[in-house]
Amino acid sequence: MSVELDVFVGNTTIMDKEVYQLWLNGYTVNDAVKVRIEGGVMEECEASAEVLLSDTMDQFRTFQMCERLLQNPAKLANQLLFQIPPDRQAMLIERYYAFDDAFVREVLGKKLSKGTKKDLDDVSAKTGITLKSCRRQFDNFKRVFKVVEELKGPLVENIKQHFLLPDQLARDYAAIVFFANNRFETGKKKLQYLTFQDFAFCAGQLINYWTVGAVDNMVEDMDVDLDKEFLQDLKDLKILITDKDLLDQHKSLVCVALRGKTKVFNEMEANFKNLSRGLVNIAAKLTNTKDVRDFFIDLVEKFIEPCKSDKWTSTDVNLYLTHYTNSAHILDTFKHQTVWTRYMGVIKSCILRMYHE
Amino acid sequence: MPGKLKAKIVAGRHLPVMDRASDLTDAFVEVKFGNTTFKTDVYPKSLNPQWNSEWFKFEVDDEDLQDEPLQITVLDHDTYSANDAIGKVYIDIDPLLSSEAATVISGWFPIYDTIHGIRGEINVLVKVDLFNDLNRFRQSSCGVKFFCTTSIPRCYRAVMVHGFVEELVVNEDPEYQWIDRIRTPRASNEARQRLISLMSGELQRKIGLKVLEMGGNAVVGYLQCFDLEGESGLVVRAIGTACTLDKISNTYAPASAINPCNSSPSKDTKEAGFGEEAPGVPLSSGPPTPLRAQTFSSFSPSKSYSRQSSSSDTELSLTPKTGMGSGGSAGKEAGPLKALLRQQTQSALEQREFPFFTLTSFPAGFLLHVGGVVSARSVKLLDRIHNPDEPETRDAWWEEIRQEIKSHAKALGCHAVVGYSESTSICEEVCILSASGTAAVLSSRFMQDGALDMDHRFEDLAPPGCGFCHIPYDELNMPFPAQLTYCHCCRRFKVPDVLFTTIDLPTEANVTGKGCLIQARLCRTKKKAQGEGNATAISNLLPFLEYELHTQLMNKLKLRSMNALFGLRIQISIGENMLLGLASATGVYLTPLPSPGGIQIAGKTPSDITYEQHISNMQKKINDTIAKNKELYEVNPPELVEEVIGSPIPEPRQRSRLFRSHSESSDEVSELDLSHGKKDAFVLEIDDTDAVEDIHSLLTDAPTPPGFYSCNTEIMPGIYNWTSALQMFTSVRVFRLSNVNLTNQGLNKVFNDLCENLLKSLYFKLRSMVPCCLCHLNFTVAVPEDELIQVAVTAVAMSFDKEQTLENGRQSCDKTLMKAITENEEQLQFPLELTAESSSNPLSSAKGLSEVSGALPSARAPSVDYSSFTDRCSSWIEQLRLKAHTIRRGSIKTMSSLEKASPLPEGRSRSLRSNRSYAGGSVAVVKMTPLSFIPGTKIIKYLGIINMFFIRETTSLREEGGVSGFLHSFIAEVFAMVRAHVAALGGNAVVSYSMKECVFMENPNKNQAQCLINVSGDAVIFVRESELEATPPQPQSASTQTSSSGEGT
Repeated sequence: MSVELDVFVGNTTIMDKEVYQLWLNGYTVNDAVKVRIEGGVMEECEASAEVLLSDTMDQFRTFQMCERLLQNPAKLANQLLFQIPPDRQAMLIERYYAFDDAFVREVLGKKLSKGTKKDLDDVSAKTGITLKSCRRQFDNFKRVFKVVEELKGPLVENIKQHFLLPDQLARDYAAIVFFANNRFETGKKKLQYLTFQDFAFCAGQLINYWTVGAVDNMVEDMDVDLDKEFLQDLKDLKILITDKDLLDQHKSLVCVALRGKTKVFNEMEANFKNLSRGLVNIAAKLTNTKDVRDFFIDLVEKFIEPCKSDKWTSTDVNLYLTHYTNSAHILDTFKHQTVWTRYMGVIKSCILRMYHE
Repeated sequence: MPGKLKAKIVAGRHLPVMDRASDLTDAFVEVKFGNTTFKTDVYPKSLNPQWNSEWFKFEVDDEDLQDEPLQITVLDHDTYSANDAIGKVYIDIDPLLSSEAATVISGWFPIYDTIHGIRGEINVLVKVDLFNDLNRFRQSSCGVKFFCTTSIPRCYRAVMVHGFVEELVVNEDPEYQWIDRIRTPRASNEARQRLISLMSGELQRKIGLKVLEMGGNAVVGYLQCFDLEGESGLVVRAIGTACTLDKISNTYAPASAINPCNSSPSKDTKEAGFGEEAPGVPLSSGPPTPLRAQTFSSFSPSKSYSRQSSSSDTELSLTPKTGMGSGGSAGKEAGPLKALLRQQTQSALEQREFPFFTLTSFPAGFLLHVGGVVSARSVKLLDRIHNPDEPETRDAWWEEIRQEIKSHAKALGCHAVVGYSESTSICEEVCILSASGTAAVLSSRFMQDGALDMDHRFEDLAPPGCGFCHIPYDELNMPFPAQLTYCHCCRRFKVPDVLFTTIDLPTEANVTGKGCLIQARLCRTKKKAQGEGNATAISNLLPFLEYELHTQLMNKLKLRSMNALFGLRIQISIGENMLLGLASATGVYLTPLPSPGGIQIAGKTPSDITYEQHISNMQKKINDTIAKNKELYEVNPPELVEEVIGSPIPEPRQRSRLFRSHSESSDEVSELDLSHGKKDAFVLEIDDTDAVEDIHSLLTDAPTPPGFYSCNTEIMPGIYNWTSALQMFTSVRVFRLSNVNLTNQGLNKVFNDLCENLLKSLYFKLRSMVPCCLCHLNFTVAVPEDELIQVAVTAVAMSFDKEQTLENGRQSCDKTLMKAITENEEQLQFPLELTAESSSNPLSSAKGLSEVSGALPSARAPSVDYSSFTDRCSSWIEQLRLKAHTIRRGSIKTMSSLEKASPLPEGRSRSLRSNRSYAGGSVAVVKMTPLSFIPGTKIIKYLGIINMFFIRETTSLREEGGVSGFLHSFIAEVFAMVRAHVAALGGNAVVSYSMKECVFMENPNKNQAQCLINVSGDAVIFVRESELEATPPQPQSASTQTSSSGEGT
């Protein structure tokens, strides 16, 4: 004897936020029921496990039916099948597109391809996030990527408009798209300490200052591709390390400015040439796609790690980078001021964000 | 050529991909009406085509306009092969044919395919230019308004209530035609959908004609049903109440929105004790319990009765009835005059073939007394309908049943049946036809013109709050044994100890505490059989089933300390190997009726100590439950005080009857041991296995969780301050009995649990709305195949404001009551003058009392026994006097409220406009409710009836999420299509919504399933009261749940 069919349909679609989250988390109906029972909803409402099971199944089914619409949020607002109040719609969309930091760290910078999707079971095993949820998040990334890939105009705005996401979430997606497009390496051991938000911040910096869009805001892919001309120009910065006079001059200017202001002055003075070479080399190599991918690892290896081993504080780093940047402007023979500012502005904020004490 | 239909196809959106290669679609549209078809151009390679077509014009007869739907087919153009259909939209253009309803249909309609469901949407504009046709012999009835609502629709007032209209049309079911073997399921489904749409149109047109003949302009309480008789055909039948309605031009009528109560108070329902059958009527019975089952193996075709009746109805109803209308209650003074008066009313009603009314709530002063539930059932063997144009057999069947109902009503001393409905249950070739209603005595106010003075003179005796409870039958010649006491309110008239009715609780009724849903559920096994044998077996089982249901209802009522049931609906479903019975009603404590005694358990073997202990345990449980229920439902009748006040109640002691015995079939009534009736409490003998079962089922009904109330009527007594939070829902469950050899008891438990669990699930789902009441809980049971039980529920959950309930419940109740009364009066004012002119019948012209009394007696049907009437008459007349007073008072109030309301039309039009414009933007919110009102709002326009029939089929059941997934999306699609049609008419809500049919069939082995759903309701435009009064209108805010303030809302 069994219930063969059990449905509940409201004129206004009833959705419980808690159950929705369980569904998004990729729980099976039975697991979701267990979680709900543990949550104490039964005592609250004098419900039995049977009632809970029926309710959970019903809502899971509703969500499944809505999923098609959630994948195209603009449709949700003018579809006729479900009558859902606007605030509910916004909630549904926002939560559907929300992702786990642990998950995103695993796929950030990877190509959003079938191959990556196949490896999601490893990601699931590693992060403890259900495979179903991993797939949803992955598909979301990929869907957003595909849609904005072909659009003109600012990346964040496009995402907001097409997926009806709130500002912060749209920015995060912009970062994910940007990383996926440029295939930045983020998975190396040395980068493990960085959170998604660190990368998202850096992505924001890169998008705002280094892409084509920073110059011209009506090009396709303007926010996704780095400004090729700019990367080319970066090669000119090499003079800062290849010209010995310039290098020495630069060093002395920085040292004068910093003397007495930092506890790690000696280490800084000893390391100046190395650090400067590191940063300038990174700039000079960015025309290579492969080196672009290693951008973050290079920052860590060439700059952050040396500083760390010398026990610099964030303030030290900030101070150093500020004067390092500004001093270059005083160098008479250094002609690439604009490129230098554009480069160092981003480098400085990225390093500061990535510099965890 | 009296009409020009114009349609324009604007655009499509969200179309499915039809060409895999390009992931796009080359869509075009065919627009078909009757035999004329137009096509749009192909809009290539788009999922959002913009056709923006010219106006397609169809010049058609208005007869066709009424019968045919506009059929829009969206196709994908294919150069090399046949064009693929994407889906269809059927648009019923009936709402455009009435000047008072919608003027244009414009909006996005879901494109529906019976195999794939909704596939995108299409934007369509439809208009009708109608030329007046004064041809008397016309076949169309354009302009007659139809309402599903079973009360006088808000914003109209009843000028005259003409009476019963019915019609049925039959056809072969396309699903069973030979051609079905060679055509695709899609073609077959579409043929069926189209046929039913045509048949409904035709039916509506024919009913409309009858209404016109009767001089009416509207059908209220329109109930249309399908009988899918399988091989033997398809029957579409409808009943309704013909009325002449007048639009209240000044729309601010206070009551409509505010209280849940019906707009028309003053019915009088009086109950007859039910349970007992009228001795003289062996067939189905009187009160709720009556069971009448007959098998007819041969059918004698009688004359097509529907046609006949229409003509006779017409004459009658044109003639208002004269006479007075008060029904009787027991009284001692006899006045010949009064007797005559009563007889006149009665005879006027009797002249009608069927004095039936599908209304469940009434204009003030219309319903005087209620006698009790009358019902009749008959078991028939279906045979093929040979000639669809002469549906005589079906007509004859129904006529038979209606005659029976009529005679039951007569036995209860009543001349009319209100809250009348008909239904069928079909299994293979056996069909149970059921009809039920409430025997009542009606006032002549809405049926005649001349009796005004009499009304005034005689109506002052019946207090509005209790008058309807007073018995209409003769105390000395009761149709069944009942314990009569004097009314606890007025102390002048006799009332029965319990009252069962099929109508809504009259707004003015004196009620103590709150009400609650009471259900009796029963399952009985039956041997599989064929043909006549099967029909006989079913006939034999029916009486027991009804008797048991009745007993259960009575016990549950007592357990809740209540004494009356409203909205009683007993549904019997047949399956191959079982019979299901489900009785639902709303129990209340009517203050005028005596307080029910408790339930006492008696054992037959008192010697055994453990046994006694067992019994006393049970007794204690029952007593505890009763006490708990009293508290829960706030049933605290001021008994003692009343007793002290003293009054002439001869037997102050409450007695309850043993209904078990009373409700035995009619022939046994005389043998009953009435001594049981003297006991203090209803006695359940526990030795009886049935009793054990009864007690079991009594105690297993779980109480509703805190914060929840439930009822199956429109209003919940005791709750008045509704907020505007509203959630209509449909829930369906199918249960498989895998254990084939179940006993009756086992089956009962399964069925009972199924219903209880369903309710529990509903409470859980809707817990965020607490405090809330589930209103109009409408259960439908079916046995789709062996071992399957299907239960479908449609209801609305409405939140209310708790604090207010506690503090001013009573107060606001009074207020709303007053309001309601006022409003009703308003709706009714001048009905008499108006009717006077319209009626041509000689009877109606009688203005004076004497004239009337002189003219009428002879007119009565001779077969009726009026011997006992004299006694009753006196009291009726007293009541009449009282009524008259009320009326006078009422109409004065009315005037003032009308004046107050005058500045409002402006606000209304404004909100209308904004409403429309909103519909053009994103999706407009459309509310749906099975009730006839939406709390906190005022309905300002009825746009027409929604009556839709859909079939959905799948051959990939698993892929669609199994049976649940399949049905879930289908129901959601049906809701979506209803909302889209309402929005296209310019409406923002559907009231009196119901799902009348949900037939689900599955074949999991073949991965197939099919479902048919029929829904109906009234499309309306409402505005929030707050907007009407002050703020600029924003109809779309309908979705937000602002709690409206003030009393009643």
